[in-house]
Amino acid sequence: MHLKNIRLKQFKNYQKAEVQFSPEINCFVGVNGSGKTNLLDAIHYLCLTKGAINGVDQLNVLHDQEFFTVFGDFDLEGKEIEVRCIFESGKKKQLLQNGKAIDKMSDHVGLLPVVMIAPDDTMLIKDGSEERRRFFDNMLCQMDKQYLEKLVRYQHFLKQRNALIKQFADRGRWEKSHVEPYDREIISLSQFLAAARNAFLEEYIPLLKEYYAIISDNHEAVNITYETNCLSEDFSNQFLQNAQRDFILKRTNMGIHKDDFVFEIGGYPLKKFGSQGQQKSFVIALKLAQFQIFLTHKKTKPVLLLDDIFDKLDDNRIEKLMKLVADHRFGQLFITDARPERSKAILSEIGAESRFFLIEEGEISPWNQ
Amino acid sequence: MNFPSKLIEEAVNEISRLPGIGKKTALRLALHLLKQKENVTEELTRSLLSLRKDIKYCSLCHNISDAEVCSICAGRRRERSIICVVEDIPDVLAIENTSQYNGLYHVLGGVISPIQGIGPDDLNIESLIQRIAHTPETEKVKEVILALPATMEGDTTSFFITRRLKEFGIKVSTIARGIPIGGELEYTDEVTLGRSILTRVNYSAE
Ligand SMILES: [Zn+2]
Repeated sequence: MHLKNIRLKQFKNYQKAEVQFSPEINCFVGVNGSGKTNLLDAIHYLCLTKGAINGVDQLNVLHDQEFFTVFGDFDLEGKEIEVRCIFESGKKKQLLQNGKAIDKMSDHVGLLPVVMIAPDDTMLIKDGSEERRRFFDNMLCQMDKQYLEKLVRYQHFLKQRNALIKQFADRGRWEKSHVEPYDREIISLSQFLAAARNAFLEEYIPLLKEYYAIISDNHEAVNITYETNCLSEDFSNQFLQNAQRDFILKRTNMGIHKDDFVFEIGGYPLKKFGSQGQQKSFVIALKLAQFQIFLTHKKTKPVLLLDDIFDKLDDNRIEKLMKLVADHRFGQLFITDARPERSKAILSEIGAESRFFLIEEGEISPWNQ
Repeated sequence: MNFPSKLIEEAVNEISRLPGIGKKTALRLALHLLKQKENVTEELTRSLLSLRKDIKYCSLCHNISDAEVCSICAGRRRERSIICVVEDIPDVLAIENTSQYNGLYHVLGGVISPIQGIGPDDLNIESLIQRIAHTPETEKVKEVILALPATMEGDTTSFFITRRLKEFGIKVSTIARGIPIGGELEYTDEVTLGRSILTRVNYSAE
């Protein structure tokens, strides 16, 4: 698949902009703060109905304005899909496919796969388990509608149950019959979702290993261990027996929202024992494995967004990544770089069609030097 | 919006507090009333006031009513052994308009949602239980139909009520959810379609 063009209005620092893209490589150049990454974010909006960077739509509206629109035309294996994303302050965000309004955002998610690599963000490794759950959930949601639907239900029931437990704490009394409907849903959804995560990892981990070996020099074995209570035979009982603890802590302490995905290198936790280089390689391998698994399941090459990789990666890893580009492993690419000459030099060696765009304070113009 | 008159402004502000009415519509309504004879406005205010003051809720089913017991609960031709549980008053009207149901109703006044601070005790659930427990032998309730919204809150409420009704050993059913009449399968969302398959019914060619 590829994105043919994009039209922005009042999106982030763009008053109005329109760009025609190359189906191969597109490179946004310009000084830091000019709005290069905002363009990647706009593409992310078209594919996934939300930004990659800021989850709050309002913060993506141009300063002092009331709304933003992001329009774009995709070619999905020969099928033309025009996507319009419209957000107005205080109103529900709208998404249209070929002029037809999509009621539920979740009906759009997964149609147009996208992968973003921002190698500076090792949050995925360093931060708490929430970041990792979000990463895997996002992936699963793009691949499996049922997973998405059940995850939304899970999160909703969890919120309801936690609100209820707070009321119990205020009243100093636990009411089994009131919490029962939520227990039942959370238990069965946890079991379903954990099994889906587990099955997904069986397919995903071999891809991660493959790409880590390609991207890194030293061939340490990498792995992901899925930590969860939800797959034990006794989970239902454990959950119910945990009520006392839930009551004291005023929230739900068991379920898939407590799971973690532990990244490992040479049998040890990457977070603690991985060097900075190893961690960067791992993050890139995670994303490339994501690309591969989307390609397998969606039968189209996802759009790949590479944010500032030439600056943040060492020459060795850039070279390996570019070798993959040259081998036509990827489809359409969007790259940001503050130093145009550098990207030009790197990309000219590949021999793919590259189009350069100069970004200056919310203005986009072709750059051919 | 700027108004030439304080009186207009006040009226528009009040009218636009009604659901589904914005400032523009409110202004149009206010100006319309000004063009009519004075007694039109008087009739309107009088009927609204007496609605607010004199309205009663049925002591049995909590439906809107002019008397202590509503016309449905008092109706002689009504099947008294079936109670249909609904979220709110408009649902009673909607089901009545189908002419397909001849039993009684029970209006909950909402659905359970702890986030919004609504618990079972804030709804007419206990009165449903009492109603079933205390009907005379001749009017024994045989079936409760749960006609609650197809939302997570609706489902939770249905589950809670079903649990509470367990001790009575009566039949509990929920209204069917699925493909709309005249609907094409390919345009039906996956959740609805999946559910329709799970809750499929026997088909007879007799
Ligand atoms: Zn009544």
